Amino acid sequence: MRLALFITCVNDLVYPATGEAVVRLLRRLGHAVEFPGAQTCCGQLHANSGYRDEALPLVRHYAEVFAPYDAVVTPSGSCAAMVREWYPRLVPEAADVAARTYELSELLTDVLGVTDTGASYPHRVAYHPTCHGMRVLGLGERPLRLLRAVRGIDLVPLPGAEECCGFGGTFALKNAGVSAAMLADKCRAAESTGADVLAAADNSCLAHIGGGLSRAGSGLRTVHYAEILAAGEGS
Amino acid sequence: MSAREEILARLRGALDGAAEAPAPPRPVVDARAQGDPELMAGRLRDYKAVVHRAGPGELAAVLGGVLAGVGVLAVPPDLPEAWLSAHSGRVLRDPDVAALDTVDAVLTGAAVAVAETGTIVLDAGPAQGRRALTLVPDRHVCVLFTRQIAPGVAQALARLRPTAPLTWISGPSATSDIELSRVEGVHGPRRLDVVIAEY
Amino acid sequence: MTHGTGNLSGADFPRAALPLLADDRLRRNLRHATGTIRAKRAAVVGEVDDWEELREAGRAIKAHTMRHLPELLERFEEAAAAAGATVHWARDATEACAIIGDLIAATGESEVVKVKSMATQEIGLNEALEARGITAVETDLAELIVQLAGDTPSHILVPAIHKNRGEIRDLFRAAMPGAQDVSDEPADLAAAARRHLREKFLSAKVAVSGANFAVAETGTLVVVESEGNGRMCLTLPETLISLVGVEKIVPSFADLEVFLRLLPRSSTGERMNPYTSMWTGVADGPSAVHIVLLDNGRSAVLADEVGRQALHCIRCSACLNVCPVYERTGGHAYGSVYPGPIGAILSPQLTGVAANRSLPFASTLCGACYEVCPVKIDIPRVLVHLRQEAPKSPVERAAMRAMSWVMRDPRRYARALRAAALPLRRRRTLRRAPWPLSAWTAARDLPLPAAKSFRERWKEGV
Repeated sequence: MRLALFITCVNDLVYPATGEAVVRLLRRLGHAVEFPGAQTCCGQLHANSGYRDEALPLVRHYAEVFAPYDAVVTPSGSCAAMVREWYPRLVPEAADVAARTYELSELLTDVLGVTDTGASYPHRVAYHPTCHGMRVLGLGERPLRLLRAVRGIDLVPLPGAEECCGFGGTFALKNAGVSAAMLADKCRAAESTGADVLAAADNSCLAHIGGGLSRAGSGLRTVHYAEILAAGEGS
Repeated sequence: MSAREEILARLRGALDGAAEAPAPPRPVVDARAQGDPELMAGRLRDYKAVVHRAGPGELAAVLGGVLAGVGVLAVPPDLPEAWLSAHSGRVLRDPDVAALDTVDAVLTGAAVAVAETGTIVLDAGPAQGRRALTLVPDRHVCVLFTRQIAPGVAQALARLRPTAPLTWISGPSATSDIELSRVEGVHGPRRLDVVIAEY
Repeated sequence: MTHGTGNLSGADFPRAALPLLADDRLRRNLRHATGTIRAKRAAVVGEVDDWEELREAGRAIKAHTMRHLPELLERFEEAAAAAGATVHWARDATEACAIIGDLIAATGESEVVKVKSMATQEIGLNEALEARGITAVETDLAELIVQLAGDTPSHILVPAIHKNRGEIRDLFRAAMPGAQDVSDEPADLAAAARRHLREKFLSAKVAVSGANFAVAETGTLVVVESEGNGRMCLTLPETLISLVGVEKIVPSFADLEVFLRLLPRSSTGERMNPYTSMWTGVADGPSAVHIVLLDNGRSAVLADEVGRQALHCIRCSACLNVCPVYERTGGHAYGSVYPGPIGAILSPQLTGVAANRSLPFASTLCGACYEVCPVKIDIPRVLVHLRQEAPKSPVERAAMRAMSWVMRDPRRYARALRAAALPLRRRRTLRRAPWPLSAWTAARDLPLPAAKSFRERWKEGV
């Protein structure tokens, strides 16, 4: 199986450590992963903000770059949702590659049959299921099942976990007041868990929540769950 | 162009070239299917309705007990005399609205009921009278025969005549308008008694 | 394409939201009420085994209805007229107000009782009647609260959701005759409303209602309610006028099964609402029965292949109750009688997006609304679709174009990443950024680009 990594623009620019964790994790599990250097951005920002014409070249580019691969894995619930849910509507020829694009926990669980990544992470962790992963992709328990198998982890429930953090892409800028109110509630809920780490499947949501926590002077850190699944033994 | 013609033309124009949207297949409904009286009684109680049971031949006696203390009772014009044989209070047959506002209770039958939701349906048919009768008094006592209980909404609809004036009643009048918490008793009857009679 | 008029648009959403966000009591009231109803809904939906099949049936019946709306409306008109009703048609809000005003004027009455109806709110009926010297008395408890307070509704089902019991008690004491000593117990407040409205119900000669459903096959109208005020209005007066949006049609009487099961559970979180009335033309109640069929922009919504699903809405308000945006702003920020997620897709389509340009953006696209919608309206999809049509600022458009131009070419993209990388910065976050990112840093720190992008690290060997 030829497996490609779609890193996403936000991770490429701001969170390269997440991409490195995905690569390390897959190699540790015995899977080779390629990084097609021609990849850019999935076009979600444009498509969700009402710029379909500007998104289309990015959709076509993605379809072209990833066409040769049997599976594409990405450490982002919302980018995977963009590809799987919206690509077939925007560019019908992209439907094939869209169907072969997986969020990390889907690839691990459904394609590779992994139940234990062999990680160890001795921290108290709360997990925030981000909206597009939860509702569009239907990730369900997949990320949590993988996290529960991590050695030493103390996984604590997050109150109001299913409520949106208020990021929403350009929503955070266009509706800054409402976004900030939602953020404050999410930060309060995260702090109430007593966790050291708040994990999620989307670094964009985590940038928003982490930015709120750091502004409030909180000691709670945000970490992409791929970095937890890759942590410890063998890394 | 009349408003009617113009609106219909706009709607037709809006659908120009629209793909067909087939009607979903209609499940076959067995109108004679019987609902469970126990479920019906439980659902009624959940809505704070008061449920009474009458075995074969016990209806008049049970109603006598339920209506004890009712000074003035309104009934539809065709209420069976036998239902009132154990009741000694004053009875008004089909009173006007002003008089209805002064009675202590109204006694009627029902057309159909839905066990799944604890709903009774009145269709202005036998022993039910016109709609105002069961609305204005503060207490409604309703006789429901077990054979009238349908299991679900679909079977109840199949038993009803669509063009009859229909009132679906699920418990006493209520509101959720204050803080979205349900409170029983607003404009309709604040007390609902249902006598489930074997038949 | 002719758009609708009436109470469908207001101020820019983000600006209207600001004072509401600062109102702590409003936030507490909304959180409490929506939290209560969410739990009730989840419990009663959970006990229906075939809920997903039921939602799909609701969606399919509505899609079929919309596809055949002209024929079904004609069938409805014919059946209702045969049963003794008089059917009128209104192109827009102004025409509907005029028709209803004329019908009332012809009776010689100067006061009418009203059943809660979104359509009459939409067309601004009460204000139009007032201008003709006719008083419309709202009889639904929450509508009465809003009317007594001189306020506007903020929720589809519970127009006074923004007020708590203490505020309602104070209002009743001040504005309701004979309620000076009422307590803040909901049962006591409901009893005060019962006393206040009883005489109105028994003496009213004219009533105005909406309808939840209009059955094409039989000409039957359906009103779903809780308090009995609907039954009072539909049964006791001599004249009944019902304003019905053209999208309220269902093809057959048997179709009601699906909606009578979906609506109460989604709406008030009950297995069934206390009262549902169904009447066909003239029956054992009012002797003059009028039905006004309203377009007011609905035909324009129908013309949009993606957006027309907004017409499937059965006004349950489940989407409002789960919406994290609605929970924080309440309904008034939406500026339309239709607030919340459904309002964000319905109002801009009824008025044309240009007249409601901020509403399609009043959502994070979290999808909680779609998940609970009893007729499966894909609200996030329609929001994104409407964003496409919304007017944009030239600066934003230029920035989006530039970004797309860079991102569609791997070399340009790689150069841009290299240019953005900040290898020498020690701090990894920014506390204050220039516009437009200043909106971000107002509430949160901004993460800065890494020293090296992932692609550079990959080249160096991960």
